[in-house]
Amino acid sequence: MWYHRPVITAELLQTLPNLKIVASSGMGIDHLDLDLLSSYGVKLSNTPFVVSTDTADLGMALMLASSRRLVEGYQMAVSPDTEYFPSDWLGSEVSGMTLGIVGMGTTGYKVAQRAKAFEMKILYHNRHQRNKEEESAVGATYCKKIDDLLQQSDFVLLSVSLTPQTHKLIGKRELELMKPTATLINISRGLAVDQDALVQALQNKVIKAAGLDVTYPEPLPRDHPLLKLKNVLITPHIGGATKKTHRLMMETMVESIQASLAGLPVPNEVL
Amino acid sequence: MSKKIQAIYLWWHKPVIDQELLQSLPNLKVIANSGVGMDHLDLKLIAGFGVKMANCPHAVSTSTADTGMALLLASARRLVEGYHIVISSCMEYCEANFLGAEVTGATLGIIGMGSIGYKIALRAKAFEMNILYHNRTRRKEQEEQAVGATYCEKMDDLLRQADFVMVVVSLTPQTHKLIGKREMELMKPTATLINISRGAVVDQEALVTALQTGVIRAAALDVTYPEPLPRDHTLLKLKNVIVTPHLGIRTDKATYMITEEAVENILAALNGLPIPNEVLPS
Repeated sequence: MWYHRPVITAELLQTLPNLKIVASSGMGIDHLDLDLLSSYGVKLSNTPFVVSTDTADLGMALMLASSRRLVEGYQMAVSPDTEYFPSDWLGSEVSGMTLGIVGMGTTGYKVAQRAKAFEMKILYHNRHQRNKEEESAVGATYCKKIDDLLQQSDFVLLSVSLTPQTHKLIGKRELELMKPTATLINISRGLAVDQDALVQALQNKVIKAAGLDVTYPEPLPRDHPLLKLKNVLITPHIGGATKKTHRLMMETMVESIQASLAGLPVPNEVL
Repeated sequence: MSKKIQAIYLWWHKPVIDQELLQSLPNLKVIANSGVGMDHLDLKLIAGFGVKMANCPHAVSTSTADTGMALLLASARRLVEGYHIVISSCMEYCEANFLGAEVTGATLGIIGMGSIGYKIALRAKAFEMNILYHNRTRRKEQEEQAVGATYCEKMDDLLRQADFVMVVVSLTPQTHKLIGKREMELMKPTATLINISRGAVVDQEALVTALQTGVIRAAALDVTYPEPLPRDHTLLKLKNVIVTPHLGIRTDKATYMITEEAVENILAALNGLPIPNEVLPS
């Protein structure tokens, strides 16, 4: 299964009586009905850690590009109307600012490792607190209450998996807790954010900007307000999109498939 | 009025300091530059008038290092292209074929390991990049070890091995067109050139050819010659080039720090004290 296709429905499963396994590319499994699959006796695997490094890299890329107004700058640099670059055209600093990571799993932790080198102050919110060594290795401070993180962060980066608990995790209330100078970066799933509330927040300057690798749906309808806001940078879900990672994903999926067909324990099985 | 002026704070290279201006300001004691590059100033001419000069090396280094990393990441992961696909009127996303180049674990070659280059190395290390560097002088062992950087006495060795070549030198007669046809041909065809120093450090015509013929994969340029480029310049049209409007230090924080540093320099000069960041004509 590549980029969520084909869509797994009861109809499809009925037509494939000998189907043993669905190997899904990437980390997320929110697009699959686990109960449905197991009722047909079909195993499921994913490629959970393969994408985390590239996704962390992309999170940093979005943070830097958004803050320094890279895309706007590019447009000015190439525009036929540009005669000079105004001296008061400025972006915001990244180094030394406060980054709040919501979801400190493998990907979130890798973001923290990178952000530390930019001398960022790192706060994080997670279902469980990480151990002391892990925290001090990246200089991260645990915020048991997400509100504390939201109130102090210059950048709020979402790297959670999508579950019923994280659905619309960032909504109107959370956005209003954020600083008006803050930027929201989402590298998890579009549905972790209340998109309509985000549009409102951006239009009313409740927060400053957003950098999104994921939306709901993907792609957004062509007339969606998020596509028109100057302070929004969106990329087409390219978190894991490098040759090396795609190759690794393929290899991982093949491994899982071969194991399942041979009746062996399946690596990266999702239960 | 002109007799009262004792200090000039240069902002984005203005006002232009020429013989005429210097002659009209008999009591000018110091010119403080915003930023670190001094290539736009005739240092000998200014010194000839007994006027001291200063720059702001500390205030710029972090912001410029951030710019270098921003460009590296944006180019590698094709951010600008990706954004344009998202907002385009075409509905079909992503061709699952939209792939970028890996940053983590790749080899970064830093040409010019001054304060800015070193800060880039610190950041790149967190991306587990393999760091090579070329510099007029080798850095101390501890400094090398702190960032895991390997010295390349010959720039050619760096060019041959790097996936990303980041140019972070000051513009001098020696670094003018430092990266030309020969250097680009030494680079890997999968490599990206990132320039955050001065446009004139790169042979721009050679760069256009190299990009068009696949000699190198891509380029990200925060600086060009001139700035801005003529509107019909090829570099503005190539898909594998990101040009940015000299973002280097364009942040609110850096602007503030630069001004603080400049004021320090000016006050020292006016009070006859040693100037913290004096620049001498060499």
